Amino acid sequence: MTASSVTAGTPATRPGSHHAGQLDISGDFPILDRLVNGQPLAYLDNAATTQKPRQVLEAVRGYYEGFNSNVHRAAHAMADEATAAFEGAREKVRAFVGAADSREIIFTRGTTEAINLVAHCMTESIGPGDEILITEMEHHSNIVPWQMLCRRTGAELVACRVTHAGEIDLEDFYAKLGPRTRLLAVAHVSNALGTVNPVGDLIRAARGFGARVLIDGPQAVLHIPVDVRQLGCDFYAFSGHKMFGPTGIGALYGRAELLDALPPWQGGGEMIERVTIERTEYNQLPYKFEAGTPNIAGAVGLGAAIDYLGSLPRAELLAREEALVETAVNRLKQLPGVKIVGEPAQRLSVVSFLVETGHPHDFGTLLDQQGIAVRTGHHCAMPLMDRLGIPGTIRASFSLYNSPSDVRRLIAGVEKAMDFI
Amino acid sequence: MQLDEIRESFAFFDSWEDRYRFVIDIGRDLPELPREYRVAENIVRGCQSQVWLMTELRDGRLRLTIDSDAHIVRGLIVIVLAAYQGKTPADVGAFDIEALFDELDLFRHLSPTRGNGLRSMVARIRHEADQAAD
Repeated sequence: MTASSVTAGTPATRPGSHHAGQLDISGDFPILDRLVNGQPLAYLDNAATTQKPRQVLEAVRGYYEGFNSNVHRAAHAMADEATAAFEGAREKVRAFVGAADSREIIFTRGTTEAINLVAHCMTESIGPGDEILITEMEHHSNIVPWQMLCRRTGAELVACRVTHAGEIDLEDFYAKLGPRTRLLAVAHVSNALGTVNPVGDLIRAARGFGARVLIDGPQAVLHIPVDVRQLGCDFYAFSGHKMFGPTGIGALYGRAELLDALPPWQGGGEMIERVTIERTEYNQLPYKFEAGTPNIAGAVGLGAAIDYLGSLPRAELLAREEALVETAVNRLKQLPGVKIVGEPAQRLSVVSFLVETGHPHDFGTLLDQQGIAVRTGHHCAMPLMDRLGIPGTIRASFSLYNSPSDVRRLIAGVEKAMDFI
Repeated sequence: MQLDEIRESFAFFDSWEDRYRFVIDIGRDLPELPREYRVAENIVRGCQSQVWLMTELRDGRLRLTIDSDAHIVRGLIVIVLAAYQGKTPADVGAFDIEALFDELDLFRHLSPTRGNGLRSMVARIRHEADQAAD
């Protein structure tokens, strides 16, 4: 899909959204019932990590209680069950992102490891005179691995500017993209501002110069149905824990011919075909990139998260979430001294803001006392904060289980905090 | 502000609101650090907000200048100063600040995250006092 078909910002006038009461899935998430600092939890830190539904928790527990075994090798029944569940999860991930073949899905610890894998494996294929193109709005995990790659190889890291509205400066993008660009690495959705980037257009443009494209997807996958073949990207990285799955599991999608051509990354068991002391024949995809015992429970949990998402009316839930975000933005704007940071045309899940009377940290602390969980700081995007000339923001980020009451509490919480300062 | 005043005030508080209003209020009286001292070498790492800290030894006693760009942290600085300002390096080394924080219940109510940098600040002061004592 292209970014232009994303429905960010759609108001609550869609069919179905008036049944908002029936779309409440919060009952599936046990943690949302807890108290924090003596108050009911309003969890608005979903861009950092999402909570887990009972279905995922039961799947992980079911694995350990029912068929915990190592995958792929053993000669017993439980190992077959574990292998079937692990490879079944890979197939679910394949279908979830629209890949052609499950060999194109590499399990990783998360997005960070997925990006590091690509950056590491490109070491031999780039050199001085080559450029890696990123943007100023990237998460550190989509900056630092490329810096390290450039240091190893003599290639140059080029960052496309971001406008004051928090969008990619397309003029600058097209000026910096060129025949030297070997790889474009860009966020699908900004974790700090919620900007939905026009990745379809960016991918087409980059591929026009023969550049590879990696999309940093963790903020997108829960919300936007992703189809890697329709997008036309070469790599797509995301994390399980930002889409109701466990921590410590994520995936890298890579086109099979590219992955085949890359050298392996970590060495060890699983990734080999045959080993002598002198040399090793490497295993096929995807195992070539999965040295060691994988996170089997995590993969099972991620598969369960995908099943859970598949059981939900996702479009209606997304419309409901978008309406909440829009309400939050509009209500925050009405508060005196509040400035919304980033006003992208297409926004997803996140609202970042500042209050002129206090530091983000003051507001984060005072909201926490009221049971409202937000994130404050630079959101692992220091170059973006530098670009916008601010030390950080207060970030409220929504998921499919948030409710109008969470928005009301956020607004009331900010008003109360303002009264302290 | 004296430590005893802080202790007495905290003893009366029975809500988080009272504690925070007090901490924010005492922070308002902390002198602002002039811009020329707000430089990288004075920054205390490990804080979500910026904290600048300078120490000097004058007549055998520690002179601390600390500031932050966050209100709550400025209040915490006033508490730290009440404990350490004008003390000898030996006094600083001997003072059980963890016991004070426990008594004020600071970490339960005022340190939900590593963000306010209270521990980093204290560690740096104690380190500098240590060095001054040598």
